[in-house]
Amino acid sequence: MKARMNANSSVANIRAIAKRELSSYFTSPVAYVFLVIFLLLAGFFTFTVGSFFERGEASLSAFFAWHPWIYLVLVPAVGMRVWSEERRSGTMELLLTMPVNAWEAILAKFLASWAFLAIALALTFPIAITVNVLGDPDNGMIAAGYIGSLLLAGAYLAITCMTSALTRNQVVAFILSVVLCLFLILAGFNPVTDMMTRWANPAVVEIVAAFSVITHFDGFQKGVIDTRDLFFFLSVIGFALFATSVIIRNHRAG
Amino acid sequence: MIRIENLTKSFGPKKAVDDLSFSVERGEVLGFLGPNGAGKSTTMRMITGFLPPTAGRISIGGHDVAEDGLAAKRLIGYLPENAASYPDMSVEGFLGFAAELRGLNGSDKKKAVGRVVDLCFLSSVLHQQIDTLSKGYRHRTCLAQSLIHDPEVLIMDEPTDGLDPNQKHEVRNLIREMGKTKAVIFSTHILEEVDAACTRAIIIDRGRIVANGTPQELRSLSDLAGAVTISAANADPVKLAALPEAARVEAVSDSAQGPGLRVYPKDKLASVALARSVMDLAGREGWQVSALHTEEGQLDEVFRRITLPDTVKK
Repeated sequence: MKARMNANSSVANIRAIAKRELSSYFTSPVAYVFLVIFLLLAGFFTFTVGSFFERGEASLSAFFAWHPWIYLVLVPAVGMRVWSEERRSGTMELLLTMPVNAWEAILAKFLASWAFLAIALALTFPIAITVNVLGDPDNGMIAAGYIGSLLLAGAYLAITCMTSALTRNQVVAFILSVVLCLFLILAGFNPVTDMMTRWANPAVVEIVAAFSVITHFDGFQKGVIDTRDLFFFLSVIGFALFATSVIIRNHRAG
Repeated sequence: MIRIENLTKSFGPKKAVDDLSFSVERGEVLGFLGPNGAGKSTTMRMITGFLPPTAGRISIGGHDVAEDGLAAKRLIGYLPENAASYPDMSVEGFLGFAAELRGLNGSDKKKAVGRVVDLCFLSSVLHQQIDTLSKGYRHRTCLAQSLIHDPEVLIMDEPTDGLDPNQKHEVRNLIREMGKTKAVIFSTHILEEVDAACTRAIIIDRGRIVANGTPQELRSLSDLAGAVTISAANADPVKLAALPEAARVEAVSDSAQGPGLRVYPKDKLASVALARSVMDLAGREGWQVSALHTEEGQLDEVFRRITLPDTVKK
């Protein structure tokens, strides 16, 4: 009866948890509300605020430029429940007393939510088709933009996973992650860096700006995939998920 | 199967579990008793590897929970307090998920889910979403999850909490059945469950073991244990008290046979001798005896006496 209990690999655990997590988005209305709002907002900013047509450019820069701001609210809304809900309902106890390592659960939940965000992003494909119909854009640049946008969403999401592990209250998790992500934007946001140069050493301003997602997202929008930018986003994700594991371990240690 | 040595857990300055040691072998059902906040759930969370202990060791089937947690967890089926489950999943989906995390896939998974669905009477709600279920069904769904891999060790935190009397009966039978081949620990504050399902019980209070034994042994700790209650119209308390085995006599009205006299023994182990003397006396005196029985002792009295030493002690 105890068949194949020892053949229980990490990959199988991660797949099982991620599958459950991803399908839980779609069994609740949250997923559909999110998808509709994301697509509406993306469209609104691109066409109205970003004046997509008036620019007369065959590029998606008007589209991608708004992503750090749209994600600022929407990614924490997707990720806030990831751990706080498990803590609140007591399923965290169930999950972590299964023969599963905590890091497998953390990674699986992150990957599932990231996959959900990837689905949302993929559904913006009509805009890529539109520029291709209307003009002759650089599709490599568009692909780079999508990769950058996905990494950006991943960084915000990892931070939200971390704040979500801190509290059993989703609203607290949401607000904390918005504040943290806002900091990551503002550190490199031009109006802010301009203001800082008035009283700070430019070298200091540059160091602070190096922590900004704006600085690192910029390259992707221009079609440049720089290893430093890749490294930045992946290390934000890695660090936040590591912090999540520390938080969960400390929470259990009491 | 389960070996616990000097287990201690502190939350800040407060010791929730204080130097607990016991073991449970295969074929045993250990009832874990204690008032609310005595440390029952904390102990179970440490055994299942959810909470790391402050000090002490736990080993499950030879695997140390701290060093080889995964191997230990594989042997354990756990029903947490309040029977948490994912409300947005169907019963079938949830059990399938539990099976996958236990390394069961394909036909093994299907078989395992089918087995626990039968065991816990869930077939009528198999495709229903968990948050639409009544509490009893939700509870049994989580119970089914703990049995999905036919574990060698079963840890259940208040398995009958919130169930109706019929369901309680079913779950107790299930526990007793499981106890024949597994090592089972379950916590409860319903004392009749100890008789219904346990082979052994531990009473803990403020994190410490205050009593440990078979239900029979625990009951004998009662003041009442070994007392002989006689219901007879013309019985004489003075003559009863004069018996060499009798310590004192008390008039009682709590006996099921109506009012009577209760004779407490000097030596609880010599209750048979006392009963014989009482019968002989009644025969000699020609009392019209309507009932005579030896008290076994009551668990709730034992429980109250040892978990509330200052307020209830006589």
